Formats: sequence, structure tokens, C-alpha cells
Amino acid sequence: MKIDDKLALDLFHVDKQAHLQIKPEICRKCPHKACTYVCPVENYTINGEDVVLSWEGCLECGTCRIVCDQGSLTWDYPQGGYGILYRLG
Amino acid sequence: MDNENSENKFDTIIVGAGPAGTTAALVLAKAGLNVLLLERSSSPGSKNVFGGILYTTVLNRLVPNFWEEAPVERHIKGIKIYLVSPQNAVSIGVESEEHNQPPYNNSFTVSRAAFDKWYASKAEEAGAMLLLNTQVDDLLRVNGKVAGVKVRGEEGELYADTVILADGVNSILAEKAGLRKSYVPRQVSLGMKEIIELPRNVIEDRFGISGDEGVEIKYMAGDATKGIWGGGNIYTNQESVSLVTWLALDPLIKSKRKSTELFEQFKAHPFVKNYIKGGKTVEYQAHLAPDGGYDDTPRYFTDGLVIAGDAARFLNASLHYEGTNFAMASGEAAAKAILHARGLNDYSAKSLAYYQKLLEKSFVMKDLKRYRKMNHFAEKNPEFFGPYFDVITQAAVDYFAVKETPKRSQEWQMIKDFRKNLGKATKSRFPLLGFCWRCLKGGLSFL
Ligand SMILES: Cc1cc2nc3c(=O)[nH]c(=O)nc-3n(C[C@H](O)[C@H](O)[C@H](O)COP(=O)(O)OP(=O)(O)OC[C@H]3O[C@@H](n4cnc5c(N)ncnc54)[C@H](O)[C@@H]3O)c2cc1C
Repeated sequence: MKIDDKLALDLFHVDKQAHLQIKPEICRKCPHKACTYVCPVENYTINGEDVVLSWEGCLECGTCRIVCDQGSLTWDYPQGGYGILYRLG
Repeated sequence: MDNENSENKFDTIIVGAGPAGTTAALVLAKAGLNVLLLERSSSPGSKNVFGGILYTTVLNRLVPNFWEEAPVERHIKGIKIYLVSPQNAVSIGVESEEHNQPPYNNSFTVSRAAFDKWYASKAEEAGAMLLLNTQVDDLLRVNGKVAGVKVRGEEGELYADTVILADGVNSILAEKAGLRKSYVPRQVSLGMKEIIELPRNVIEDRFGISGDEGVEIKYMAGDATKGIWGGGNIYTNQESVSLVTWLALDPLIKSKRKSTELFEQFKAHPFVKNYIKGGKTVEYQAHLAPDGGYDDTPRYFTDGLVIAGDAARFLNASLHYEGTNFAMASGEAAAKAILHARGLNDYSAKSLAYYQKLLEKSFVMKDLKRYRKMNHFAEKNPEFFGPYFDVITQAAVDYFAVKETPKRSQEWQMIKDFRKNLGKATKSRFPLLGFCWRCLKGGLSFL
């Protein structure tokens, strides 16, 4: 099953503002780009030399916050009531 | 800016309406305190993920016979543990009729979205005030002592004599309180989960249960996680199963494998796929769990503040994967420590140190200490979960192989092959000795 099909099953209350941000120039130089394979929703993808972040499908697990040791990522929870809303948790 | 005496002042503010925070709120509200429980989601539980079993020794003491009104799925009657290689599996199972009687071995599958909501309503009934959609961004201090919280949006600043952080594994607030540094990968595991719908009768037939009976199926690392320290689980709900994979983050990073692909490979594994055959995935979830055990717990109190549950890294990540019970026990201990401090009218760290005393006396610290070596073992012996599993399961299959060789010589051959395979797997000069030694060490740290 593809990750997009899985995320289509989940309920999100998407905020207008991004709660995750990366600094592309730092990611370009990152020696491991671990976010691109550990993220359980594949939020981080590689496009040529660049890491591209799409935060809308974020499940707020915090894994990327821990693997990013290059100081590229600004991680915060979305504002109250926004983000993932599990119905069956 | 002294709002300390305004209407915004509570006896205690609790951040997070998971099992830890709600338990603290329930106990404090019952004792008559003015308690505010803050939760960032729009319904308690809608941000929360766990594998499947709510452990309820503490809950059943606080809300006797809770299962009669709480939204529980099934009570757990038995467990089956698998070691798997690509081709072979060894399993051991335990079941008990006793677990079909109250209090059902204190193990129930639940949906956290339903359970956490119900539980928070019990704290409200007892008099706690629950504020949803409320993201706490920081702690407030007065004269160096924690004296409240800062909330994003309208509520602004809220004051209290004491604050309990029960904001879960990613507790950014515990970092802001200066009680711990940010995590390193070896201190967490990543859990991924699908809820897979199946008809009730299919679940009962497939898992050999009836009525409200349930089972847990557990896969220990090996080929279930392609040799990465971690595992998988299947839990039976009423009309769905929860399928979980958890992976220790450090070896996952080193493996360079994609977490999403590992999860799909687990679902397709020959000894997993038949349990979920024909099912329909209806939700996908992911969450971190604290790993590292006792040696990685932070300082969990300071002036005006105590930390409970996953935020304090209280989770028994051994064969008994118990977080909910630890969360509730530490939430209760946090509440009792605050009542103790209130009696002394002293909310300093010195007085709140009573929290530590209570925890030391309870199973929380005792179990955390008991398993403190387990994570170190898993970290230092990665070959255990790949090559060793292949050799062990192969030997078990060889033992039961049907041939025309007399059994005695077949068994000798099995032992010879076992030694040879061990040697190949570990490239050690004394493979059998090394294996026995590791089994002993590993066994002692696991059991
Ligand atoms: C994959 C997986 C499987 C597991 N399986 C089991 C199992 O089978 N059995 C078991 O007993 N345990 C299991 N656990 C562990 C268990 O889930 C946790 O130990 C338990 O939920 C901890 O409870 P808690 O109250 O401390 O934190 P949580 O349940 O995480 O609750 C924290 C709450 O705080 C809220 N919050 C966070 N930050 C803020 C903020 N800044 N402002 C306001 N609110 C905030 C969150 O929305 C959440 O409601 C598992 C964990 C994982 C990840």
C-alpha cells in the first residue's frame, strides 16, 4: 500500500501555517539525509540535490526532529486543534 | 506582570490529557483541588497512538470495575510470541481461562481516541476543568520557580502553585524546563500502525477466540524487522486488528532502510500476512515511544514542577511493553506528591522530592531498574536479531524434519549444522560458546 493511499484514510485539520520548516541550503549539504528514509509518511523527498518537505501529511511523531542533527529543521506542534486527528488511535 | 493572584490562578495545571495527565487530574480533583487539564487536540486521545493493550492495575483501583462503562474492545486472554526468519518461525504461546474472569488480567485492547476521551470525562466529573484545542508553548516562572504555563492564542498566561508535565514522549516543555536535553536517536523507537477492519466472526475464527476474548501476537525483531532491534504486534479489537511495527531509531538510521517499506514488508511476511488477509486498512498512525529505560530517565521534578508518564520516559520497553500503567502510576504519584507539598505549603523541589520517594516504592522505578540492561544488550548485540534468529529457527525446523534417517543421527546432524551455521553467522572462533554466553546474558536482561 502506498503512503499517499494510507494518508488519504486519515483525518487532518490542516493549518494554514506550516509547523515544520527546513533550510534547503543546509539540507543540500547534509551527509545522511536520514529524514528522507525514517519519516513514516515520507514527508521528506529528494529532488536532485535538494530535500523537499511537504508538512501537510505530518503525523506529529517527532522522528525528524531527532534525526536532523544539522540544525536545518524548525519543528513545532501545530496550533491547538489542528493537525492529525486519529479517530481510532 | 504579576497575574499570580488573578482569576487565572489554579492549584495545579496539567499539560496533556493522556493516561498520565488525566490520572493526576482525577486524583487531585477528587481531593478537592482546583485543577486545569490542558490538551492540544480537539478531543483527548485524537493525537495518541499505542499498540494495543491498556494495562489497568492503577485504573481499576481509581475507577473500580471500569470495564463496565469504559469503551474497551476485548480483554486479553493470551499471547503468542514469534521468532521469525525469512522461511521459518518458532513460536511460544500462553493462554489462561483465569484471564477470562474479572479483572481480566488487567489487560484490555482499546482505541485511544475513545478511551482517553472517556477517561478525561471521569476527571471532569470529579471536578477538573478540561480545556481542549490548547497548545502549551512554554512554562512561566516567578522568582525562578515554575508558576504556570504560556498558551498559544487567547488564553495567554495561566498561573498555578504547581504544574504537571504529562505531554508525552516529545515533551518539548521538559526540555524548556531545563530538565533534559533534546533526544538522541538511541533514546526512542518509532512505531507505525494500521487499523485493519475484519468481520467479527473472521477475527474470532482466525485467532481462536470467542465473545469478548482477545489475543496479542508479538514478533521479536529478526526477519520481522529485517534484523533491526524492534518488533511487530497484532492486537485483536472487536471488529478490527491493530498491526504495529516498532523500530529502534538508531539501528533504523544505520540500516538506511525506509521505515515505510519495512512496515509493508512486515505486513507481507509469510508468518504475518495470513492474520490480516482480506482486511481493509482504515487508519494509518505513527508515534514515538521512549526507549533506553532507567538510565535515560531525566530529572523529573523541580521547584513547582513534576513530570509524569512518557514525558519522564517512564515506560517498560521489555517483553511487557507497558506504558499506560506506568503513565497512570506516575500520574497518581505526581498528584500525591502535590497533595503532600500542599500540606506543607511548600512547593519547592525539596518538598516535591516526595514524588521520587513514591516512585521508588512503586513498580515504576523497580521495573525500570529491573530492565535497565535490556536496551544496552540489544544495542551491543545486533547479531542476535538477525543471524542468530535464522540459526535458531532453522534448528527448530530441522528437529521436526521428517526423514528416513533414525532420529538419533538426525539430532546429531542438527547440532552439527547448528554449530556450523552459527559459525557462518557470527564468524567467531567459538561460535557455540559465544552463543550460549549471549543467550545467558540476554535472557537475564530480558526476563
Ligand atoms: C507504537 C506504540 C505502541 C505502544 N504499545 C503500548 C501498549 O500496547 N501498551 C501500553 O501500555 N503502552 C504502549 N505504548 C506506550 C504508551 O502509548 C505510552 O506510554 C502512554 O500513552 C503514555 O501516556 P502519557 O499520558 O504519558 O502520554 P500520551 O498518551 O502521549 O499523552 C500526552 C498528551 O499530551 C498532549 N500534549 C502534548 N504536548 C502538548 C502541549 N504542548 N500542550 C497541550 N497538550 C499537549 C497530547 O496531545 C497527548 O494527549 C506504546 C507506544 C507506542 C508509540
